[in-house]
Amino acid sequence: MQRYFKTIRLFWSTAFASQLEYQLNFLIELLAMLGTLLGSVFILSLFFTGGRQLGDWTWESALVIQGVYTFLDGLTNALLRPNLTEIVNYVREGTLDYVLLKPIDSQFWLSVKKFSFAGLPEIILGLSIVFWAAIQSGSTFSLHSLFVFIISLLIGFIILYSVWFLIAASSIWFVKTWNATEVLRALLAAGRYPISAYPVILRFIFTLVLPVAFLTTFPAEAILGELTFNILFFGLILSSLFFTFSRLFWKFALKHYTSASS
Amino acid sequence: MRIFGLSFKVVKTLLTTQYAYMLEYRIEIALWALSGVLPFIMFSLWSQNDVGNSFGLNDIGLARYFLSAFLVRQFSVVWVVFSFEEDSLSGRLSPYLLQPLHPLLRYVAAHLAEQATRLPFAIAIAITFFILNPSSFWLPSLPQFFLAYLSTHFAFTIAFLLQSLVAALCFWTEKSSALERLIFVPYLFLSGLLVPLSAFPSNVLKVAMLTPFPFLINFPAKILSGMPVDIFNGFLAQILWISILVPSVNILWKLGVKRYTAMGA
Repeated sequence: MQRYFKTIRLFWSTAFASQLEYQLNFLIELLAMLGTLLGSVFILSLFFTGGRQLGDWTWESALVIQGVYTFLDGLTNALLRPNLTEIVNYVREGTLDYVLLKPIDSQFWLSVKKFSFAGLPEIILGLSIVFWAAIQSGSTFSLHSLFVFIISLLIGFIILYSVWFLIAASSIWFVKTWNATEVLRALLAAGRYPISAYPVILRFIFTLVLPVAFLTTFPAEAILGELTFNILFFGLILSSLFFTFSRLFWKFALKHYTSASS
Repeated sequence: MRIFGLSFKVVKTLLTTQYAYMLEYRIEIALWALSGVLPFIMFSLWSQNDVGNSFGLNDIGLARYFLSAFLVRQFSVVWVVFSFEEDSLSGRLSPYLLQPLHPLLRYVAAHLAEQATRLPFAIAIAITFFILNPSSFWLPSLPQFFLAYLSTHFAFTIAFLLQSLVAALCFWTEKSSALERLIFVPYLFLSGLLVPLSAFPSNVLKVAMLTPFPFLINFPAKILSGMPVDIFNGFLAQILWISILVPSVNILWKLGVKRYTAMGA
């Protein structure tokens, strides 16, 4: 276990050093992030024109969801995207062989090798929006609601990671640099809005098939003190299922890995 | 007959080889087509929450607009900067530069071939949409279809030129695809992919119309879905943007090639 922590520390400190070379990237990411946030809040505001509500959510509480989305998006940009979109390149160039030969879990290696520090501002900003908007909508924090919030964020992140990893692992079969993760990103954008704002069929899909609801809506409900224990419990089970499945799928995919040009 | 200074034979060869190449990646292209579902997600939100009326669209109007937006996006998607960056970093650009063919034209051919490969998937998605929303079914009139087709091609041209501008920066920086995000963000919110621009407050709309983005999705989608639209001024704006961007790309490209250091060679 300690070996894994040490590996992460080494990975991320080298990542930090190599990224200092591209300082302009930080600035670009920052601008892109602010633009995205401004744009999504603007689009969100269009739903509330004329005193309407969005699926029983008030303006302030809908902003909490935007905050959670921004936070997870930051984590995606910092950790998931840099690592998991690389898998397809390893497969294509045959360098996955070297990863598999290393005396460390290959899924672990592939998932944490890089860390993009340009995602950090987004993570911090996302959390700030969550707390600011939660206060605006009259939420009083308690130790209990904070605890439930952290657990539900964890559930959300594990599901997000597992789905990303599943898609990235499928690149063992589908080799193309413009990868399937784009489909996922498009679908996950649904998480910018509360799940109750969608038609019934989509609500069902976004809760059970592609659990977008667990990524943003439920953590937002948690910090607002509205999340029921049943959903939290169900989320714990669902996230462990997703994670287990991602591991099993990776083992299965590796059986089909034939290395490049062989 | 010469097209972009190329003989017909060269054009035909470029397109057929690129098409054959794209056919190899049918599943990936189907996934790409699927990744354009965002307009449908937004459609379900706008119609579920009865917001359409506030900008003068009933459910059928909304459905038609967003299906049109989806289709226009399918045939105006541009990825030249990503291909170009890869070719530039891996040194594949060097032989391309030696050939008596502008490298950008090779990418144009690749995009057109990819659009042809996309066509069946886009049609399948459109049919699925009509099965789920039968009341929204419509067929545009022939002139409508022709104008929408033309403006979608113009939209593709503008998007391609914009991204080529960023791609040309590859000659200066190794990571120009990061800069593409700075185009993508305003594109996402101002193009009309998420909401018809008529929903915008008038002052935001005025600013948006000064950018090329509304003419990439909103304008062609409005023609295709049969919404009232100022056709003359729309085309005028599209042509204006193209005539600004063509020389800009040309100049930046020429400056860039002078700096080219043949990475990886």
